[in-house]
Amino acid sequence: MTQTIDTNTVKHVAFLVRLGISEEEAQKFSGQFSSIIDYFNMLNEVDTENIPPASDIANAENVLREDEVKPSMSREEFLKNAPNSERGYVKVPTVLGEEQ
Amino acid sequence: MQLHNLTIREAHELLTTRKISSVELTQAMLNRIHEVDKKVKSYVTVTDELALEQARNADERIAKGENVTPLTGIPFSMKDCISTRGVRTTCSSKILENYIPQYNSTVTNKLADSGAVLVGKTNMDEFGMGSSCENSAFFNTHNPWDLDRVPGGSSGGSAAAMSASLATFTIGEDTGGSVRMPAGFCNVTGIKPTYGRVSRYGLIALVSSFDSIGPMARNAYDCATVLEHIAGHDPHDSTTYQSPVPNYTANINKPVKGMKLGIPKEYFVAGMEAGVESALQEAIRTYEKLGMEIHEVSLPHTKYGLPVYYLLLFAEASSNLARMDGTRFGLSVSDGAKDVIDIYLKTRHEGFGDEVKRRIMLGAYALSAGYYDAYYLKAQKVRTLLRRDFETAFSKVDILLAPTCPTTAFKLGEKTSDPLEMYLSDIYVVATNPAGVPALALPAGFSDNMPVGMQLIGKHLDEATLFQVAHAYQQVTDWHKRQPNL
Repeated sequence: MTQTIDTNTVKHVAFLVRLGISEEEAQKFSGQFSSIIDYFNMLNEVDTENIPPASDIANAENVLREDEVKPSMSREEFLKNAPNSERGYVKVPTVLGEEQ
Repeated sequence: MQLHNLTIREAHELLTTRKISSVELTQAMLNRIHEVDKKVKSYVTVTDELALEQARNADERIAKGENVTPLTGIPFSMKDCISTRGVRTTCSSKILENYIPQYNSTVTNKLADSGAVLVGKTNMDEFGMGSSCENSAFFNTHNPWDLDRVPGGSSGGSAAAMSASLATFTIGEDTGGSVRMPAGFCNVTGIKPTYGRVSRYGLIALVSSFDSIGPMARNAYDCATVLEHIAGHDPHDSTTYQSPVPNYTANINKPVKGMKLGIPKEYFVAGMEAGVESALQEAIRTYEKLGMEIHEVSLPHTKYGLPVYYLLLFAEASSNLARMDGTRFGLSVSDGAKDVIDIYLKTRHEGFGDEVKRRIMLGAYALSAGYYDAYYLKAQKVRTLLRRDFETAFSKVDILLAPTCPTTAFKLGEKTSDPLEMYLSDIYVVATNPAGVPALALPAGFSDNMPVGMQLIGKHLDEATLFQVAHAYQQVTDWHKRQPNL
């Protein structure tokens, strides 16, 4: 199941993870990804018929608590790290609009 | 007596008998950092003022005899992925270069409560992604044993700081060997506790199901002391164990005679440097002399540990790092951005280094439709088999011994051009994290004047045995006391 990861695929996954990428970078990553994924394909040798996927480490119990209101960070404090804010809100440009 | 070379236990003795003050000890450490770290470059941030303030408070506590713990007044440093309120926490990434957390991690709080003194934050591979510290966005850290070599990674700054006596103990974080591998390269003792033993609250997440915060120090006894203070249940992290934290130091002197030491044959194969192999064989003989029974065991899925580890890391990291988006904190590149997606694209392009980019893209790839079953799900199934390997081995023996790396520290720049080559240096340390078991790295000798590391791997929640077996070795060897010439 060897596959090469071409530059279009690289650009596609880059957009999925919201990562800007140049043509040059896409080419570099394409070669590297192919050799890494190729190495990982060794997992195909392992028979996993009837083997359940691991879904937890050790503490398999659900942990529940009351949903109580407790003091937390003030809005002013929270916004200290926000690059752009206005009237107590984080400010960003258009969220809904024309499709890319 | 050089103050920067003291163990926690020695420093505590001198502090509580009032032979030295914490301010003296802390100032000596800060002076040494300012003098020696120009060469080693292990610290991203040095917290002089905060440290001296904490040291004065510690001296007051000691003077009044109130709440004095074994860590009161002891200078320590912390990997720069662990949140410290008011102190820059960067993950050695451009995207968090100026990020100042508004809250402390649970570990930070616990150490503050114990009276320990924070002297600084240490360099790392960006977001913990790397095995040499060369993926720091800021600068390379140098191995104190040979400044042309890497300290290992990703907690390379922590290991180098410890090795160069730039802290009395340090807190690292191990997602797939990031405490143990650099500990081995730098002649330091360090432990990756059982997953869930130490709270992850306030740790900037890499792989939420692997990440384990753990101490590095001069010996196993000191590591045990620190773990006693940072482990335990935390309502802010529901994966932490409810079970009480044992008094590790109280039982550390128990003899190891009659205990069963397992040697996993898959860890002793071709490709290991001759000097590493002979150091490990000598360590096994030492344990035999201490009366341990030596048994060969098999962990048949060992070679699949690396692909399982990396595939799951890519997947979880791609999701965890989604929060670095330039809107609420950290770097924000908004010049000419026409919408919010543009901010994401530009900020992440500028803010992340190549290794981070590679891993989050490969994560999205492994999780995407059509590849999910072949990569992510397959890796989770093989993870079950890795876990069963350990369960089977631990039905026969009490503890396992293995190298931390097939070689000693490699040269700066030696592996940076080939990402896969760099991944392969983690081959001996990655399998424990998908299985969740604890492992302790300790110095095992030298090969061509560079330190050789070995690790002891234990049963879930059985850190006590790791400390006991490591301590027994350190009572009859002095590798851990050797120091680099700087």
